[in-house]
Amino acid sequence: MAKILTKEHFSEHVVKLVVEAPLIARSRRPGHFVIVRATEGGERIPLTIADADVKAGTVTLVVQEVGESTRKICALEPGEELIDIVGPLGQATHIERVGTVVCCGGGVGVAPLLPIIKAMKQAGNRVISVLAARTADLVILEDEVAPWSDEVIVMTDDGSRGRKGLVTAGVEEVIKREKVDQVVTIGPAVMMKFVAELTRRYNVPTMCSLNTIMVDGTGMCGACRVSVDGRTRFVCIEGPEFDAHKVDFDEMMTRLRSFK
Amino acid sequence: MMEKKTLAPRDAEWREELRAAMPAKERMALPRVKMRELDPADRIAQPTAEVNMGLTPEQAVAEATRCLDCPSPRCVTGCPVSIDIPGFIKNIQRGDVAEAVKVLRATSALPAVCGRVCPQEKQCESKCIYHASKREPVAIGYLERFAADSALDTEALPPAPAVAPVGAVKVAVIGSGPAGLSFAGDMAARGYAVTVFEALHEIGGVLKYGIPEFRLPNAIVDAEIAALKARGVEFVKDVVVGKTVTLDDLEELGFKGVFVGSGAGLPRFMGIPGENLVGVMSCNEYLTRINLMGAGREGFDTPVMRGKRVAVIGGGNTAMDAVRTARRMGAEEAIVVYRRSIEEMPARVEEVHHARQEGVTFMTLHNPLEYLADENGRVKAMKLQRMELGEPDESGRRSPVPVEGAVEEVPVDLVIVSVGVSPNPLVPNSVKGLDVSRRGTIVVNEETMQSSIPTLFAGGDIVRGGATVILAMGDGRRAAGAMDRTLRGE
Repeated sequence: MAKILTKEHFSEHVVKLVVEAPLIARSRRPGHFVIVRATEGGERIPLTIADADVKAGTVTLVVQEVGESTRKICALEPGEELIDIVGPLGQATHIERVGTVVCCGGGVGVAPLLPIIKAMKQAGNRVISVLAARTADLVILEDEVAPWSDEVIVMTDDGSRGRKGLVTAGVEEVIKREKVDQVVTIGPAVMMKFVAELTRRYNVPTMCSLNTIMVDGTGMCGACRVSVDGRTRFVCIEGPEFDAHKVDFDEMMTRLRSFK
Repeated sequence: MMEKKTLAPRDAEWREELRAAMPAKERMALPRVKMRELDPADRIAQPTAEVNMGLTPEQAVAEATRCLDCPSPRCVTGCPVSIDIPGFIKNIQRGDVAEAVKVLRATSALPAVCGRVCPQEKQCESKCIYHASKREPVAIGYLERFAADSALDTEALPPAPAVAPVGAVKVAVIGSGPAGLSFAGDMAARGYAVTVFEALHEIGGVLKYGIPEFRLPNAIVDAEIAALKARGVEFVKDVVVGKTVTLDDLEELGFKGVFVGSGAGLPRFMGIPGENLVGVMSCNEYLTRINLMGAGREGFDTPVMRGKRVAVIGGGNTAMDAVRTARRMGAEEAIVVYRRSIEEMPARVEEVHHARQEGVTFMTLHNPLEYLADENGRVKAMKLQRMELGEPDESGRRSPVPVEGAVEEVPVDLVIVSVGVSPNPLVPNSVKGLDVSRRGTIVVNEETMQSSIPTLFAGGDIVRGGATVILAMGDGRRAAGAMDRTLRGE
């Protein structure tokens, strides 16, 4: 059981939940995720941890309604409880001082990117954050990202906020302009695929965080498997982060449509 | 030690009377009892109903009468936890089922589970003296289940102590499967304050997520867990030791010893083309969705694919569980693909028999080479290589070799891969200084189950890499004895 302390709507279908989970708050690192179940009979849903407060004993989750189970999570109000939360799961992000890091996130992918942005900055990197969304309303966490970024570039498909264009346009602009030592990308699979294709051309090491289907999240079911460099890997225990240049995104996208 | 205490001594007067009441020859002429089974026609309509329906009291007494009460019973040597088999059977015969349960409980933490899922035909029953005269062995498993179930129906559980005894030493258990539960029960009986940490949202491990209800009802597992709770064992769900809390945390919280029974987590795949297609999944995924998550049942949100033509790759008990589940989930054709012949199949004879009754097809001497996709990336067929049996391999089984050129394509819309599991790496990876084998199993002293860290013991699949419920329970039992001695400084 994990009590929901606060809830904030980022947009109609995206909410931020601050959840009581002291043990997870204490042990989580950037890159980790949790598995939650909203109600009895509910699905186990993997969600990346956007933030944590060790003192308050809370973790922050950003949830986008995409189906029945995420709808149930988003419908919970402060004071109500998630019936289960378990974690932190997965491998933490490898944080290192490499020089200049471009962190690009699409949609709710910005939420798990936030702790990585923070940690990259704290490690002494120059951090350029590229936040992308379909339209202005869907740009999230810009204010939280800003203090930890040397520069924030906002891209929207319709140009309603920041610059008009896809996330790749923003990233390419930076790569053309200055030496970029690493790219971190989190967002929809198709977005990460195109970011990977772009940075491969420029030979910039790129790390992605994958949001595959999971059941248990502890290595047991194998639903999350992806091909990385031709080898089958389990996102839940070996990931969620992998070298984006080696991930078979087409296979991953097909597998994400398993139940559609 | 507990297991040395004899609750039902063979020279007790009542037992001598029972032996004298009927000559051995007459006993041996009695036919082995037949387990009542749910009609195969009803199994699809009642997918969670247990297939084996248990013995009636009359059947149980009749079967118990068959037991010759041998002076040195060989059946006991076939039991990984050395249950006093004639002791409990003779109590059934004299009508004292409650006493039979006491005898069982003295050595087994989960008799209602073992009575159902132990491969008795390879253990206790394989040693029965009846084999010497080419007769069917005493149905020890059926009798164990009979006794344990009557206790679940009627036994008033002892009142739960509000807290563990003052000054009780705290021990932690990682994983609530058969190894952990067996360890927990034994340690609680020794007066330790036991806390079991489970990563999932349900207690029971493989007994819940793996073994289907038609073979082991969840209510049976829950009753066993309730019995442990009544003895003071505490259960904490949703905690992954090594992630949520570390072993150092547990030490800081005052736990003096830790038993790891975290199971065989990772499903194995064969590494053939098409294995990551949509519609190809591990047996763990398939069974977890249905057994643990309730997929396909009213009120449960987790989805599961329902194939019309389902292939299950492998010949173990888990493969039988998966293929029989597939029939219950509406598969018109459910096929077991196994590379050796039916004689080499590791699954229990009973499971194969039930699968056949339920209309499962067996493609033995076939091995998948590749899975083929439709235009949407979903599996539509499998390419199978025909095999024949060659020379025996190191396991003594004749190893399968491909028949050159004999490749066929079989249409399928769901493939469940059940070719084994690897140990779950979460705990081994999170403990510094822990001796781990190349296969990823925790290395222990086989007698004591003690790892390279003196306060850490381990058992079950995390040590064995893939075994049975009863072997896991035996490990838990040995570890409890050894940890108790260690903590008492012996």
